[in-house]
Amino acid sequence: MRALVRTAAAAATALALLLTGCGGGGDGRADGKIRIRFQSLAWQKESVDINKQLVKEWNASHPDVEVQYVQGSWDSVHDQLLTSFEGDEAPDVIHDASDDLADFAYGGYLADLRTLLPDRLTADIPPQSWQTATFDGGVYGVPFLQEPRVLIANTKILKASGVRIPTAERPWSWPEFRQVTKKLTGKGRYGIAWPLKEPVSVTLNLGLSAGGELFHRGADGKVTLAMGEGDQVVPGTIHDQVNTDHSAARTALGMGGGDTLPGLFGGKYAMVPLGFSYRQQVVEQAPKGFEWTVLPAPAGSEGLAQGVSPQTLSVAEDSPHKKEAVAFIDFLLRPANMVRLAKGDWMLPTGTAALADPSLHTAERGWATGAALATALRSAPAQSVRGYPEWKDKVATPALQEYYSGAIDADELRKRLMEDGNRVLARYQR
Amino acid sequence: MSLRTSRPARAGQYAALLCYLVFLAFPFLWLISTAFKPAPELGSLHPTWIPENPTLDNFRQAFDEQPLLRAAGNSLIAALSAGVIAVVIATPMAYVMARHRSRLSTAATGWVVVSQAFPFVLLIIPLFLVLKYLHLINSLWGLIMVYVVWSLPFALWMLVGYVRAVPPELEEAAAVDGADRLRILVSVTAPLLAPGIVATALFAFITAWNEFFFALVLLKTPEKQTLPVVLTHFLGAEGASDLGPLAAAAFLATLPSLVLFAVIQRRITGGMLAGAVKS
Repeated sequence: MRALVRTAAAAATALALLLTGCGGGGDGRADGKIRIRFQSLAWQKESVDINKQLVKEWNASHPDVEVQYVQGSWDSVHDQLLTSFEGDEAPDVIHDASDDLADFAYGGYLADLRTLLPDRLTADIPPQSWQTATFDGGVYGVPFLQEPRVLIANTKILKASGVRIPTAERPWSWPEFRQVTKKLTGKGRYGIAWPLKEPVSVTLNLGLSAGGELFHRGADGKVTLAMGEGDQVVPGTIHDQVNTDHSAARTALGMGGGDTLPGLFGGKYAMVPLGFSYRQQVVEQAPKGFEWTVLPAPAGSEGLAQGVSPQTLSVAEDSPHKKEAVAFIDFLLRPANMVRLAKGDWMLPTGTAALADPSLHTAERGWATGAALATALRSAPAQSVRGYPEWKDKVATPALQEYYSGAIDADELRKRLMEDGNRVLARYQR
Repeated sequence: MSLRTSRPARAGQYAALLCYLVFLAFPFLWLISTAFKPAPELGSLHPTWIPENPTLDNFRQAFDEQPLLRAAGNSLIAALSAGVIAVVIATPMAYVMARHRSRLSTAATGWVVVSQAFPFVLLIIPLFLVLKYLHLINSLWGLIMVYVVWSLPFALWMLVGYVRAVPPELEEAAAVDGADRLRILVSVTAPLLAPGIVATALFAFITAWNEFFFALVLLKTPEKQTLPVVLTHFLGAEGASDLGPLAAAAFLATLPSLVLFAVIQRRITGGMLAGAVKS
């Protein structure tokens, strides 16, 4: 019996040693150096290279605080962060998008940065950008990259049609845009393709230009849904283009942004509304000789305003090195570095100093058009509304998809978005 | 009663089988085609099955951008270990459950079935906390433990079926011939169970090889990440993707499973029990 116990104990010790040897928890070095983990969601090669290079530069100039680059992915960041927060294993510096922060901010997982941020950074980023990462009065992320939705157009078709080419100073109005897409429509060609696989954010964000609000916060802080005239402009235009004018491709309604590019290159669509960063895919995939241009999205009563959810950098509430983490963020977002990050992601920086960089104002590849839109970008209408994800998935997405395809009319859309929607929101605001 | 079918019926069966194979193979063939297409062909309105200007650039770019070999090595360690450990644990358990039927084994079988219904999200946070307590976060051993636990119920379920297919009369005959219990298990039962064990190990291997979420959550540093996690690095926000390199990397990621299947296919379908018992 004793032999058996001895054997079992030896086996258990061996197993423990084996497991400890293979374990990766903690670096175990006692050299007094502070180590912080930076989880980045950069994914394009240029962007990853720049992020890694910046980490390298920080580590070279800050021997006492070592930053470790950790690669995350956009596809699964929410679940991965949630688990890490629950298990007290979250990275110190967290890259995410502002519309993903609300749950983490309200859940107490992210540090309120108001007292930690240096004045330079606070002053450099405009208030409307800070608004995107402000929840319940606290600032839970530093917004640093953003992208407007623009129209990427086939230059040859545009010029041949004789339509007025819009600029950021003189954009198309929504009614003019509808007329233009009719003119651009021809045999085997649609004036526009709306990739509306996920129709809610596109509709809400572009809706700001026409004064669409949809979400109204009362004096008691509670949010209700109400659809006014301004809220009808964007969905009404898209619906009419598809179902009345036939100037928008019906088949594109179920597509993602990248899926429409072959049609744009092949002359099937004259224009596609896409995020500013899609220019990279256009550059990479367009056939030789394809001429394209970047146009501002149509404007309404509120001009070129549109909603955005910028990329953000946050600090975990449980991080023991918040001060160092914020210092690293400040380094990462120095104007020159912000320009490098913006170019790597083909996006616009939020920082005023970075945005003024001449390299972001060249006509080439539409940079100037995008930069001219930057001041019109606002916080996406619903991102701080609790219950928004459920409303989006269960109510708004199917309702808008049915409306755009012509299965339901505007009254039914309004009824569903408001009546069903308010029931969903009410559950979150009891 | 004759099992023979008429010639037209057989032709119909083969046609149906061919259609099914084409249906199954379509995504994989398209993946291969995409992996060898240059960027302009990926954006073509009229895509072709055979790339017009086949290129290895996507593979070069995939290897250049992400540590695919290291990730494949991690996946291989995790999947092989999970496969081997799962069958080592499951085989004796399955034997007991199949041969000694009792209320306990019935309850255990029921539990195995129920355990398959647990969703990932329900398990991940408790698992995370347990592994953290054991200092096994960011450790391949921690991940292997999870994979073994995850695949064990189904492995057990599979093996119980294989054990039951081995006629007890063979073991009884060996016992009559004087073989002791261990000899019977090693010389009679184990060889007959081999296809089942291989199939079960393969199941556990493939489950672990393809698994994404546990690996994403449990492995923190780039050096430890497995292939499915690294593949997501080719995906951007709002469905944007680096399609060419992603297809190239995904194609490479499917190869080990295919090769493994090709190598051991015969052992799985070998029909080793044929003629073992006189009827």
